[in-house]
Amino acid sequence: MNSVLEARHIDKYFRKPVEFHVLKDINLAVKRGEFATVMGKSGCGKSTLLYILSTMDTDYNGELWLKGELVTGLESDRLSHIRNKYLGFVFQFHYLLSEFTVLENVMLPAKKLAVKTAEEIREDAMQKLRILEIDHLAKKRANRISGGEKQRVAIARALINDPIILMGDEPTGNLDSQNAENVFQIFKKLSDEQGLSLLIVTHDLDFAKRTDRIISMGDGKILVS
Amino acid sequence: MNQRKVLVTIAKTHLLSKIRQTATAALGVTFGIGAYITLVSFMTGLNKMLDDMILNQTPHVHIYNEIQPSEKQPIALYSEFENAMNVVHSVKPKQNQNRIHDALPMISHLKGDPNVLSALPQVRAQVFYVAGSIEMGGVVTGVNIMEEVEYFNFRDYIVAGKPEDLKNTNNGILLGIGIAETMSLKVGDRVQVTSTNGTVFPLKIVGFFQSGLADIDNSRSYTTIKTAQKLVEGAANYITDVNLKLKDISLAPTIARSIEQQFNLRAVDINEANAQFETGTTIRNLITYAVSITLLIVAGFGIYNILNMLIYEKMNDIAILKATGFSGSDVQWIFIMQALIIGIVGGILGLLIGIGLAHLIDGIPFETEALPTVTTYPVNHNPWYYAIGITFAIVSTFFAGYLPSLRAKRVDPVKIIRGQ
Repeated sequence: MNSVLEARHIDKYFRKPVEFHVLKDINLAVKRGEFATVMGKSGCGKSTLLYILSTMDTDYNGELWLKGELVTGLESDRLSHIRNKYLGFVFQFHYLLSEFTVLENVMLPAKKLAVKTAEEIREDAMQKLRILEIDHLAKKRANRISGGEKQRVAIARALINDPIILMGDEPTGNLDSQNAENVFQIFKKLSDEQGLSLLIVTHDLDFAKRTDRIISMGDGKILVS
Repeated sequence: MNQRKVLVTIAKTHLLSKIRQTATAALGVTFGIGAYITLVSFMTGLNKMLDDMILNQTPHVHIYNEIQPSEKQPIALYSEFENAMNVVHSVKPKQNQNRIHDALPMISHLKGDPNVLSALPQVRAQVFYVAGSIEMGGVVTGVNIMEEVEYFNFRDYIVAGKPEDLKNTNNGILLGIGIAETMSLKVGDRVQVTSTNGTVFPLKIVGFFQSGLADIDNSRSYTTIKTAQKLVEGAANYITDVNLKLKDISLAPTIARSIEQQFNLRAVDINEANAQFETGTTIRNLITYAVSITLLIVAGFGIYNILNMLIYEKMNDIAILKATGFSGSDVQWIFIMQALIIGIVGGILGLLIGIGLAHLIDGIPFETEALPTVTTYPVNHNPWYYAIGITFAIVSTFFAGYLPSLRAKRVDPVKIIRGQ
């Protein structure tokens, strides 16, 4: 029960345009508090693996376990709830709702979870923004801030429900080196200070080298883990 | 509960960020509902007016003694010619009385019937109106004027004088407006009336009536039953017609048939007398609904189109909402809610426009010979139409939003996110 997320014998095929075996018998476990990166060449299936681990892609063979519970085969509404409560995502693109303010964007997943009152959620969101040092942007519209700031807002949004694991699909891919460094420092801090588990897909070797663990993928298989 | 609130907030924000498209879509609904309310109020008002014109004056069942040839000629009773073929030439109607035999007991019997609201006796007398050397043929009908006022809205058709005057004046007469104009008569004048027996009666004019049907206005007059009985030299039980008003008009044919059998009289029900009216009403209603539904379908396509565009534009938002834990039905709800908000806002505005236009039409002067009491266009302000209108708006926008929302529900976030 030490692993937060565990994949057992995962196989995945792309059926279009021709049948293609993307993932071949993947076995992977992410431990509590671990900062892991997945590296590999384009097309090796690392993003595909991440989306399976994120529960958004359900078209695979094998088993996916989240904090000791089997997730594979659950209904989509149940999976939505799991994503909402236990998982945080950061993508290459920020995906903020442009008509909403920064604060509202961060609050959205918590409002969906609807465990806390609106006031508590606002407090939480402000606290997350403060950790990421962007609390001064709270009232700004999401499309009025810079790219680096947007990515940090996206991270704050991923953290709002205190997930057990944060997943990232090249979260620094669109950022200049300074902003990329910022994001890395934020991840590092979250990992060290709050014991958050992270699983980040990246191309950036410098980024990967400084994490706890590098999972290398090639040709649909895990080479080094 | 809290969850729903987030969805509403998102729906509202989407609509407000696209305020011009939203307004266009809502205006489509507004015009649809506004036109529906205006049309249906005006059309049904018109229908009601036309129906009232006929139905109020027409008894539900009219009972009289019809003059007709005997169905069985005497020869048929003669047993010697039983198996022969008889041909009777030049058959004449049987010598018969105009009045209804034993009318008074029949009337009190009919009044006791629980389906009958009222049974009004009338005495019809053929007369000539005399003006100098000119004689005009016509009919004077003796009526119980106050009952006619109560059950057949007779007061609406009296253009000069009051019905009470007829009741209170000895030998009074309520003249058809056409006769009065031809003979240049005023209220308070006397008119000479000659009965078929040649007796001349001077009657005092207490007022004029206008039914809207020229044939009637040019020939008919009303007086009291007593005066009419004097004209025909009949006794107090001389009654030629009985008019029934029923509690339920749809029973008219059944009751008419049973009266014909029971009393051996002719009984004409209202459907028989005015069959063409139903048709006109039905067709006008059909046109009203066809036009309104067309307008709403056009509005519905507008909403469908705008939501489809919105969903296409908001693909990224949908993807991230799903990635962060909003379910497919949550996303679907967001878009259905948008359609419903457009429908409700547009619908309520439509109702207001409808109320405004209906009242405007109601105020436009409309003078017609046919209906002396009508001064403006007839409009039927029935609250039911407003309820139907808003329901219709909500239902049609729901369907217009349903298909696009289903598309939003099925968006696969992985495809969108990986496609970037």
